[in-house]
Amino acid sequence: MTTASVPLPNWISYGLIPLLNLMLAFFFSGLVVWAIGENPLKALNFLIQGSLGRGDAIGFTLFYTTSFIFTGLSVAVAFHAGLFNIGSEGQAYVGGLGAALAALALDHYVPWYVTMPFAIAGAAIFGAAWALIPAWLQAKRGSHVVITTIMFNFIGAALMVYLLVNVFIVPGKMAPETRTFLPGGQLPKLDWLMGLFGLDQGPAPFNVSFLIALVMCYLVWLLIWRTKLGYEMRTLGISPSAAIYAGVPYVRTVIIAMLISGGLAGMMALNAVNGAAARLQVEFVAGAGFVGIAVSLMGRSHPVGIILAAFLFGILYQGGADLSFEMPSITRDMIVVIQGLVILFAGALEYMLRPTVVRIYQQFVKA
Amino acid sequence: MRPLHIRNSKGRRLSLDPSTVPAIELVGIDKKFGPVHANKNINLGVAKGTIHGIIGENGAGKSTLMSILYGFYQADQGEIRIGGRPTVIRDSQAAIAAGIGMVHQHFMLVENFTVIENITLGVEGGPLLGQSVDRARVELQRLEKEYGLEVDPDAVIEELPVGAQQRVEILKALYRGAEILILDEPTGALTPAEADHLFNVLRILRDQGKTIILITHKLREIMAITDTVSVMRRGEMVATRATAETTVEELAELMVGRRVLLRVEKGEANPGAVLLSVTNLTVKDSRGVTMVDNVSFEVKAGEIVGIAGVAGNGQSELLEAIAGIRKPTSGEILIDGQPVAGLDASRRRDLGLAHIPEDRHHMGLVLKFEEYENSILGYHRDPKYGRGALLDLDAIRADAEEKIAKYDIRPPNPRLKTANFSGGNQQKIVVAREIERDPKLLIVGQPTRGVDVGAIEFIHRRIIETRDAGKAVLLVSVELDEVRSLSDRILVMFAGRIVGEKTSDAGEQTLGLMMAGIAA
Ligand SMILES: Nc1ncnc2c1ncn2[C@@H]1O[C@H](COP(=O)(O)OP(=O)(O)OP(=O)(O)O)[C@@H](O)[C@H]1O
Ligand SMILES: [Mg+2]
Repeated sequence: MTTASVPLPNWISYGLIPLLNLMLAFFFSGLVVWAIGENPLKALNFLIQGSLGRGDAIGFTLFYTTSFIFTGLSVAVAFHAGLFNIGSEGQAYVGGLGAALAALALDHYVPWYVTMPFAIAGAAIFGAAWALIPAWLQAKRGSHVVITTIMFNFIGAALMVYLLVNVFIVPGKMAPETRTFLPGGQLPKLDWLMGLFGLDQGPAPFNVSFLIALVMCYLVWLLIWRTKLGYEMRTLGISPSAAIYAGVPYVRTVIIAMLISGGLAGMMALNAVNGAAARLQVEFVAGAGFVGIAVSLMGRSHPVGIILAAFLFGILYQGGADLSFEMPSITRDMIVVIQGLVILFAGALEYMLRPTVVRIYQQFVKA
Repeated sequence: MRPLHIRNSKGRRLSLDPSTVPAIELVGIDKKFGPVHANKNINLGVAKGTIHGIIGENGAGKSTLMSILYGFYQADQGEIRIGGRPTVIRDSQAAIAAGIGMVHQHFMLVENFTVIENITLGVEGGPLLGQSVDRARVELQRLEKEYGLEVDPDAVIEELPVGAQQRVEILKALYRGAEILILDEPTGALTPAEADHLFNVLRILRDQGKTIILITHKLREIMAITDTVSVMRRGEMVATRATAETTVEELAELMVGRRVLLRVEKGEANPGAVLLSVTNLTVKDSRGVTMVDNVSFEVKAGEIVGIAGVAGNGQSELLEAIAGIRKPTSGEILIDGQPVAGLDASRRRDLGLAHIPEDRHHMGLVLKFEEYENSILGYHRDPKYGRGALLDLDAIRADAEEKIAKYDIRPPNPRLKTANFSGGNQQKIVVAREIERDPKLLIVGQPTRGVDVGAIEFIHRRIIETRDAGKAVLLVSVELDEVRSLSDRILVMFAGRIVGEKTSDAGEQTLGLMMAGIAA
């Protein structure tokens, strides 16, 4: 209570404090690395080299970043309306179905840029559809979205496995996945963009959906801060009683916010399905939906913050994979621990340092 | 330096105070919030065992000064002396350690804890809750007896009336050993009887040697209870008087810098068509208790109908039912002849309703929004604020600036976060938004709560102008004076029913008896 409402300049709230949090996270991660007998500085070096050191490393990092932007936006939009959507994971998974159907239907006949709008629509519509029932239950029955969206993650996973194993599987093959899309159903890589910076992404799957993600960042910003609907969502999210006073329609606003949230999550499939794998596979989301929660939290539910946080997690994902390859004693699980520390310090313990910073700041402005 | 206080074995203070040293001394306190100079070189001394009032316009810097004393903000410059000793107060713990307690305008109580749990919260003094609660119970009984602060220690906070919750806040401070008690607008939400009770408690506290600082906009209260009073204007301390040697008129003038009309002047009402008609309305609260019981009345164009009543007799629920916030269980409401059952608040606004809610913090404002965002709350779908799906921020800000100028909202900055406006200025944001809509029917709850005398005059004048422009006004206020001076007709509400109707010249006595459910 004592320092929470003391106003701080933006560069401290949004620059310095997150940076300090991040440094703390890396410090403790270093301790962990040191405890298992490796050199933390060397590990950090591998992490940075492995994620940013080469063209293909950057390509992979940006590929992960793209997925995390979509899921981060998904969580953020719901959050602005006061809803905690834990279901981005399942919505992305089901969104993959829409993206794949568009590609399977069109890839024989048209070039990729004709398929793309259909894939976007398919991914968004299927993702949104997967959020509809939890949204409706929340709006009409008051069943908490946290619970229902978690349940829908499981249902979605089961549904997708069923469909892939029984419906989409290529006859005669063992892998539960669709056939590979022709180029007309894929999203092309962004070699030209990397080329502008003199980089070669090699086999990395960095693709056009990155640009779609950036457009969505802008649209989400527009939605939240420049539209009447966004105004109503924020009113509802900050003060439900003021929303009733203002006549913000609760049922409609909750459902629309969740549909947009689910749609954004679904669009993550563009990156993984149409962009990288060129087919729909089981478990292609691979936790990106859950990372979205951390990204949104760390990015303060603002698109710019989300881009930065998604990039950070992209580095951790890609660099972490490289690190465990270079230093076998640092296993995949250790990488998860390090990611967990980042989430802990940058997201959950956001306010831990604040009182101290406020105090130092006050000393400073006084002097 | 010679210690001025020692502590006994229980950690409570014993004062060895020579009464020549002021209990509190503020020397050259200065505080800026960006461009806003909230406190300018403030000097203030309060003698031990006295009640000192602080008055001043909205945004004069009263709450800021008290927040500095309580460690909520740090002064940019200046010194605080407690009992003559320079003291650095970094946070509320330090304030409590220095013997300062604060009763906030918005209570800081855990709603679903009991009284005793709230009081011991944070000062349990040991790992075993049971023990400390027993100890607290004994101590509490002593405090209650000593100061006339009776509350049931096992009652749950949210079930207590506001006055009792406030006593819990005071007990909390005393339990922590407060010798100096700060009260920031303590009577804003109290009924007159509760306010009288509070003042009795404060008198006892003073007579026992406690020092009290009281911030209020009600000059009557200042005259009734304080020993000395200081006036703040635009961040400066402009005068200090012994209460016995000043008058309400002088204080009002010192505050505002001009003569203030403390009476409302209005002409005859000129009632026209019925704009609000309520028939057999019954409203239950969330627990299913009937709050409005089969109420019927009308409000016509060109008249102000006031509802008098002790808080909690159904006025709030009545207003909410008319505004579309609470669903009635039965009965009919017509706004401008249209039945409104099933319409939400914004559809009712479309019919010409405007609503100044009783509780600005929960309803009328989103405190985290910037001022201009709140200036359209409820009207954000109006094409004036943007065609299609988009908001036209330029138009909204220009509109907000106009209202800020017209209502003298300070600081005049539509980009400031609403929470950072002073209480009275927040109220003006709501009043400006609703009255400037030029509604057909204006319903108003506690329009001048927390507002300074100058602004009260202004708001009253705007309400009367609204009436004179041929609109219907329904007014609910716990300030009987306000109801009497503004209304053309007065309905008295008791236990959810309208127990009578009077003209505005009805005496305070008569109304008081009706409000207590004694006479009709
Ligand atoms: N945290 C803050 N950030 C920016 N400005 C602030 C902040 N807190 C207060 N102010 C400004 O400081 C000035 C003094 O505010 P303060 O709350 O002390 O007034 P007040 O005298 O208590 O008024 P009221 O009678 O309306 O409660 C106001 O202009 C207010 O807008
Ligand atoms: Mg104040």
